[in-house]
Order: sequence, then C-alpha cells, then structure tokens
Amino acid sequence: MLDLRGKAATGDRAFRWIALGAAALVLLVLALIALVMTSRALPVLSEMGLDFFTSTRWSAPDRLFGALPFIWGTLYTAAIALAIAVPVSLGVALFVTQVAPRWLKKPMVYLIDLLAVVPSVVFGLWGVLVLSQHFGLGRSFLTAGIILAVMITPIITSLAREVIETTPPSDKEAALALGATRWEMITAAVLPHSKGGLVGAVMLGLGRAMGETIAAALVIGSALGQITPNPFAPGNSMPAVIANEWGEADELHKSALIALAVTLFIITIIVNLIATAIVQRSARRSGGKSS
Amino acid sequence: MKKTLLIGAVSAICLTAGCSKKTETGSTGSGGSGGTTPTAGGDGAATLNASGATFQKAFQEVAIEGFTKANPKMKVNYGAGGSGKGRQDFADQVVDFACTDAPFKDADLGKVKGGDFFYIPNVLGAITVSYNVEGVDALNLSAETLAKIFQRDIKKWNDAAIVADNKDAKLPDADIVVAHRSDGSGTTENFTKYLDKASAGAWKLKAGSTVEWPADTQAGNGNSGVAQIVKSTKGAIGYVDLSDAKASGLKYANIKNQAGKFASPTAESVSAAGDGIEVNDKLIFSALDAKGDAAYPITAQSWCMIYAKPKANGAALKAYFKYMLTDGQKLLPEIDFAPIPKSLQEKALAQLEKVTVQ
Repeated sequence: MLDLRGKAATGDRAFRWIALGAAALVLLVLALIALVMTSRALPVLSEMGLDFFTSTRWSAPDRLFGALPFIWGTLYTAAIALAIAVPVSLGVALFVTQVAPRWLKKPMVYLIDLLAVVPSVVFGLWGVLVLSQHFGLGRSFLTAGIILAVMITPIITSLAREVIETTPPSDKEAALALGATRWEMITAAVLPHSKGGLVGAVMLGLGRAMGETIAAALVIGSALGQITPNPFAPGNSMPAVIANEWGEADELHKSALIALAVTLFIITIIVNLIATAIVQRSARRSGGKSS
Repeated sequence: MKKTLLIGAVSAICLTAGCSKKTETGSTGSGGSGGTTPTAGGDGAATLNASGATFQKAFQEVAIEGFTKANPKMKVNYGAGGSGKGRQDFADQVVDFACTDAPFKDADLGKVKGGDFFYIPNVLGAITVSYNVEGVDALNLSAETLAKIFQRDIKKWNDAAIVADNKDAKLPDADIVVAHRSDGSGTTENFTKYLDKASAGAWKLKAGSTVEWPADTQAGNGNSGVAQIVKSTKGAIGYVDLSDAKASGLKYANIKNQAGKFASPTAESVSAAGDGIEVNDKLIFSALDAKGDAAYPITAQSWCMIYAKPKANGAALKAYFKYMLTDGQKLLPEIDFAPIPKSLQEKALAQLEKVTVQ
C-alpha cells in the first residue's frame, strides 16, 4: 500500500510539473511574441508616432504609414460578419438542440462541424467567383463581411450548440411545467443559462473574423485610405494588407506591417476584455435575480 | 533552423549521391582559386533550390526543363515567391541561388550572409498596358497620358489627351477603370519607376512595389488577377506582363518611347530596348525608357544572384547559370520574353567565371 501511494505521489508530482510547464510555456511564447513584434514595430512607431494609428495615408514610397483605414476595415467587416452570422448561428444551434427531430440532429451536427474545418482560402475563392463576379457584388466591405460571416457561422454554431446543451433539463422542464411555450422556455431557461458561453462563442467567431487573412485579401478590394460606412466601397483590412505587401516590403515598410499585426493583437485583446466584462456583468445580474 | 535543415539535406544528398566525388574540371578563369580546383563533376547528381521573382517564373520553368533534359541527374527547384522573398532567402542563405527584378538596396547589403555575390542578368520582358475598349484595336499612349490615367486625372476614354495620340480611333465616352496589383510586386515597381522617369513630372504617386493608388481603382492579385479584371471589365486598363496579357487574350497599347515613336511590346522591341541600356560594372542596369527608335519603353529586367564562393553545389550552379545565359536565351522569345543583348551576355559569362567552386 505504501508502495502504491509512493507511485501515485510520483505520478501526481510529474503531472503537476508537466501541467505547470505547459502553462508557463504558453505564457512564455505569448510574451516572446509580444516582445519581438513590438521591438520590430518600433522603427515605424518612432518615425510616425501616434500618427500611425490616426493617419489615413499609407504610402510606402513616401514612407508614410497610417493604419486607421485598415483598422476601420477590420472592425467594419467583422461587424458586418457578426451581424449576419450571429442570428443565423444562434438560430441553427437552437434548431438543432431544441426543435430538430432526433434523426435530423446527428447529420446536422456533423455537417456543421465539417463546415468549420473548410480552409479559409476555399471560402475566399468562392467569394471571388460567386459573390463578386457572378452576383456582381464586386470587391467590397460587404463581400468581405459576407465571406467572413460564412466562415464564422459554423464555429459559432458549433460552440453555441455545446453551450446550449449544457442547460439542465430540470430548468427546461420547470419552464414547460409552468405552461411556457417552446419560445418562452428558450428565452426563460436556455438563453439566461447559456449567456456567458454564447458571448464566448461569438467572441471566438469575432476573433477569427478580425484575423482572417486570405479570404479577406481576395475579396475586400485592397483600396487604400477608405474610411466609409458605404458597404459597397472597396476597402482593406489589417491582415489583408500584411499578406499582400509583406513579400516585397523593405525595412520600414516591414516594420509598419509588423506594427499592424501588433495593433491587431491589441485590438483583439481589448475586444476580448470587453466580452469578458459583459459576461461577468450578466452573470452577476442573473445571479442576483435568482438569489 | 530552416537553414541547418537545408544544409543537412543538401549534404545528405551529396553523401548518398556522391556529388563530392572529386573530378578535375578545366580552368575556372580569372577568379579561380589557383589552377585546378577539385569540384563536383558534371556527372554528379545535385539539387539546386532557388526562389525569387514571379516575373521570370515562366523562363525558369522552360530553362529547368531544358537543363535537366541535358543533365538528367540534376534537379532545380524554383519557388516563385516574389523578388523580395528571393532577396531575403538569398541573404539568409536558405537557397542556392535567387532571382530578383530589382537589386538589393545599399542599406540591405550588410544582411547578405554568404559574402560576395554576383548579379547575373538573364531576362528582358515587356510590361504591357492592356485595355478593354470595344472597337478600339490599336491604342497609342504616351508616358504622360499613362501617368494621368493611372493616378485618375484622366477619367474618360475620349479625353482630349488620349484623342490627341489616337486620331483614327473611335474612342467612346466611357469611364476608365484602372486595375493594378493588390500584392507588393516587382512589376508594380518597374511600371511606376517607368512612369516616374518618363512622364516629365506628371506622375505623383512615386515608385515602389506598392504605391498609394487612388481609392477608386481596382486591385487584382498577381499578373493574372489584373489581367482578369481587365478582361472582365469594360473600359478597364491595367499593367500586365506580356505573357499573361497574351494568355488572357488582351489588347495592349503602343507606348511612346524616348525617340517619340509608338512601340508595341514584342520580343523584337524588347530586345531593341536591351540594346540601348547602360550597364555598370556590377551588371546593374535599367531597361526602362531605353533609347532607340524601335525600343519598347516599359521593358523590365531580371537578375539571378549567385555567391562568389557557393557553400555547396558550386559546379551545378555554374552549369545551370551558364545554361541560362547560353542555350536558355534561345527559349525566351517563345515565351514572350527577350534575350539579353550579346555584349551583356559576354559580361555576364565573364562574371560567372569568377565564381569559385569549393
């Protein structure tokens, strides 16, 4: 027995160190990425100063690098994508979990998960061939937004479905027992329970939409200096600019592209922090109500 | 890490295939390390890895085919990732050689890790100004008009400046759609360099691999992307290399050269541009806006770079470069490029002789 316990203790210790090492490694890699990227972004930041974030001109021959139009393009296309993808995803997730008959559920779940792993370049090419050429949408914020929506819908759906399925059956049955309709049951029992997870699912989708490179680069239009709410105008996003211009960029230009990546990194973190705050606040509120 | 892997792979190939078998080759010329140098023989197998300009991808393909047919044990891989990537890979020594449409900037020369190297010019090619206007089968454009079209000062096909050079053409009252590259590109760099040089100050967007195109223009990925926009858009105009323009069945304009003549892009007019160039002792030159009555003015050039003392595969490298400069040149007109002029070819071969095989 002593022997067994000793073995178990060794196993525990080993596991602890391995887990700790893995966690530390992730943080270390993240810190190194931030450090290296920021240091390589410094040349352009010291030359442009804060103008890098506020100027609208991006001209490599003039050594002028203003990222504002690309920041706008990234946020705007991501917003279009969310506006389309979130209602569709939630609808599909609720359909699969609450409405669909058992025989339909399995194949639908399988299909959605399959869509989530289609490489982005496939969506991008589809966007060029079908949306911009066949339907004549051209290359624009809207085309990019639609493609991004198609790409993130399976991810949000798949996560939302998992979250919704964790709703305790007792909650749902309680609502139904009180005479709630299916819709009332969903709004009273399912959604409040899954709110945090659903926001998380949407945030993961948003993260992918903002970071998507190839599909966006193919359909967004690569127009410079565009800050306009007109969805039919061609524009550009941060990842698309990086992908398009990296190959032939010289030193300061490369530094500007890295600074774009850092900016994207920071914006993603900010968006995530806001999402976490929203989730926490809603959790507190619903917690207050039930107690 | 990539580098060590590559070197490992290369030496592994050498070990198994025996390319280190010592064979005496003849005199290596001026720069040779004294008399007979033990080198990898022509009988040895070798794999050359290269990367660089997309501009000369078509040439590399036919040259590799011809070279490996004559030397069945050799293998050459050319990854066309762009001139910038070629220069970077060459500087980092992750490839045996690399090709580029533009030489290193002086500030970047310090980053080239493998010591002295040579620029070997190997290709001349035309950048066409392709257009899609119904009923207009011949179009004459001057650099100044081109500059104004591409920076959106001229927005209609029947603008007085265009009509002035095209008295006989039926130019419609239609909007001009400008198409350019969305990706950073040596083709953009050469095209904008030409406008900058030849338009007598009309061009305001400067020259570079990406420039600040006006927002009301269209962008396509690669030469084929621009060709696709021109082909599918009425009233479009864009710059596309000759082989892609021909492959897409586009019409292209005659461009006014230094002598005041309108020249159409052909293998002959590109060669004529090559005759008018001035070459420095590093074999760096520009074929843009060249002198000569028959010269096509938007003629671009490309080089391959080779280290003076290659770390590996020296003999195979020299053999392939020699092939590109001799027999390979004959393949160029077939793929809508032009050979480099004789005088330059001789200088390039002399430069190649200075490469030492270890």
